[in-house]
Amino acid sequence: MIPEYGHLALVFAFFLSLCLAVIPLVGTIYGRVIWIGTARSLAMGLFIFVAISYACLTWSFYVDDFSVAYVANHSNRLLPMYYKVCAVWGGHEGSLLLWVLILVGWTFAVSQLSRNMPIDMMARVLSVMGMISFGFLAFTLLTSNPFERILPDVPVDGSDLNPLLQDPGFVIHPPMLYMGYVGFSVVFAFAIAALIGGRIDAAWARWARPWTNTAWSFLTIGIALGSWWAYYELGWGGWWFWDPVENASFMPWLAGTALIHSLAMSEKRGVFNNWTLLLSIAAFSLSLLGTFLVRSGVLTSVHAFAVDPARGLFILIFLGIVVGGSLILYALRAPVLRNEAGFAPLSREAFLLANSFLFTISCCFVLLGTLFPLIADALNLGKFSVGEPYFNMFFPKFMAIVGLLLGVGIMLNWKKTNYTKIRRWQISAFLFSLWLASFIPGIIPGRYSVGAAVAIFIGSWVISASIIDVFRRSQNAKRVDVQLRKFGLSYYGMMIAHIGFGMTLLGASIDSIYSDQRDLRLTKGSYVEVSGYKFQLVDVSRLRGPNYWADRGSVIVSKNGKEVARLKPEKRSYMSGGNVMTEASIDAGFFRDLYVSLGNQINSTDWAVRVYYKPLVRWIWLGSALMALGGFIAIMDKRYRRVNVPQNETVKTALEEAAVEPEPNVAANNT
Amino acid sequence: MKRLKLFIPVILFITMAVFLYFGLGKDPTELESVTVGQKIPNFELKTLESNLTESVSADDLVGEPFLLNIWATWCPSCLIEHPFFLKLSQQNVKIVGVNYKDDSGAAIRWLEKYKNPYVVSVYDDTGRLGFDLGVTGAPETYLIDAEGFIVYRREGIVDEAIWQAHFSSYFEETRTQIMTADGEG
Repeated sequence: MIPEYGHLALVFAFFLSLCLAVIPLVGTIYGRVIWIGTARSLAMGLFIFVAISYACLTWSFYVDDFSVAYVANHSNRLLPMYYKVCAVWGGHEGSLLLWVLILVGWTFAVSQLSRNMPIDMMARVLSVMGMISFGFLAFTLLTSNPFERILPDVPVDGSDLNPLLQDPGFVIHPPMLYMGYVGFSVVFAFAIAALIGGRIDAAWARWARPWTNTAWSFLTIGIALGSWWAYYELGWGGWWFWDPVENASFMPWLAGTALIHSLAMSEKRGVFNNWTLLLSIAAFSLSLLGTFLVRSGVLTSVHAFAVDPARGLFILIFLGIVVGGSLILYALRAPVLRNEAGFAPLSREAFLLANSFLFTISCCFVLLGTLFPLIADALNLGKFSVGEPYFNMFFPKFMAIVGLLLGVGIMLNWKKTNYTKIRRWQISAFLFSLWLASFIPGIIPGRYSVGAAVAIFIGSWVISASIIDVFRRSQNAKRVDVQLRKFGLSYYGMMIAHIGFGMTLLGASIDSIYSDQRDLRLTKGSYVEVSGYKFQLVDVSRLRGPNYWADRGSVIVSKNGKEVARLKPEKRSYMSGGNVMTEASIDAGFFRDLYVSLGNQINSTDWAVRVYYKPLVRWIWLGSALMALGGFIAIMDKRYRRVNVPQNETVKTALEEAAVEPEPNVAANNT
Repeated sequence: MKRLKLFIPVILFITMAVFLYFGLGKDPTELESVTVGQKIPNFELKTLESNLTESVSADDLVGEPFLLNIWATWCPSCLIEHPFFLKLSQQNVKIVGVNYKDDSGAAIRWLEKYKNPYVVSVYDDTGRLGFDLGVTGAPETYLIDAEGFIVYRREGIVDEAIWQAHFSSYFEETRTQIMTADGEG
């Protein structure tokens, strides 16, 4: 009966989401306080019922209820318990339920944590989130019911979880990714609520910022985990493939990064509100687009779910309503400012705007590359696959410019800056980076790489400029420790995130330039030398895991005669389904990874082996972790926690904005 | 006028949605066909060496590791990698050419002019074999092992470095045998 209860809870949640989508919003139109007041309780009810439903599905996995089709397809008696619990999101239906759970979780969180917002604004935000929940619950119930039974012929055993997913990285990757994806629905709802209410000001930006930062940080972690997982689990030694599904998660990140910076301008200076609104809509729309691309089967990918055009059509219609509707709303309601002036070319606004544009343009390029196969097919230009060369052609260049601008922009003041004041700080960062860039490629064995010099210059420029900026800002303080405490947490968050960005840039570029890869045929006992390391294949033995057989190679790595590591790459063949997986073995280090994966057995003594030397590859994920950490630190800033916004605050911001002359209806409506 | 500009995002989105709609239901995996890890697709094609009078099939070729090189006279990069293939063929590496979507007369003249590194070049004028292999363009080179499985696929030219990194270990045996044979002789 448990699965039926789960189904029933989902149906209840569906009706609650309909109520949430309609009642509070209508209440704000007709000014009915009681209707408006239902928003919070409805959000809570919605969350509880989806949680019940999710718990029921988890229970079915826990007790091996193979009469449920979804459980039978994604679990197995032999599967370890923790994977059974995670197998809930191992396929389309369950992961969609997780999507919905996280969505209503965010809705609930907004209803609880944003108590300082005016009640009508809150009602609109929650209603918009209710609409999104409504769409996804309808999608789940109509096309992807995870509780469907196989009766009366209940299978004796399930067909097991995809072995690719039987890995600790998988346990946390999808939830983190969804937290980010779905988290952008909050700022989307804020934008729509602002468009409906006609109020876009600094206070609006201040409410939206912590939510956006949180979502962005989760998305950063999710993408980094996915990349790390691909690195060690797929056995290709790569960490980013520009695969459509990777792009699907990367585009919202790029738009989200642009959004974070644009929100900073909207909050501090009240400029570019339209741009901020558009990016808010774009970030979530790209999340929805990603969902469509992954679940409709229009593009090929290593991650794709089971293909069903009916599902694709449903999401496309939903996408059309949500994105089309919000963009039309934007076109009709966004304030048309007569004048966006008010800052000099050498100002923080100008540089933030430039970087925000660069991220947006990068996002457009990625979007074009991802969709090009579809466009070409529709126009009968033939079948195309857009590969890494396309993305590698433009992306590093854009990021290099972003890095260069970041190092300057971070030291600039709002409005305008006198360059002579920051010159000596800029020069010290510049010379330091130049010094590093000039000699490091020289001491690395092999030909001097100009590309590496450029990459090292930009990476260390970003990092050193961020650090030097702390000194610059505390130069006039009598006591440095007092000054350091005076910087808000949002400043530290920004600094840490920027250092992380610099590290990721360094890791990605140095690894791409210097990594060394060999595909080899090794006889037991023989060795190969890669970048000064000697890899010797000692033996290959056979062993049994909980639900698989494995060939485990034993590889001794030595440098200059000294043993560095013993690696044990595995080739696993899973008992149900007969899937074969490679488990790479990695000796991780701060400055380099040594990576071995075992290929096919060629004859009784020979094995195909793949060996990699990957310098600085860890910095990619370390940097991402710092970016996410920076995002989380920034939201702790006390100005976001102020319980009550003074009533005259909005008036004040409206007055401030009078300098840039917004259209009268923007700020006036609510004050 | 400014208000009209705000409609640009909607228009772009609608255009995209139309493409997405037409993408539904089409099968993108058509492109994939045979990839690495699978057996070489079966074919029976005329050879350039015989002036299109004789055919060769996949089964005739399998038996020892070999390279399958997709080339054409319209492909400038093919000419760049050509000298390297000549060098390989002198070291008795078996290279099979697939003359891809080309004119047979031009192709035969090309081989005469630049010399022929291939044990045999099959004439794939319709691109049928190329399609089965999942070829996206020329040049492309496939490494086929002794059992006829595709071990590695290279898009773009093959040079010394790429050869050493991805191909050479499959041919060392052949080469050492040649070398010892040379030593004896």
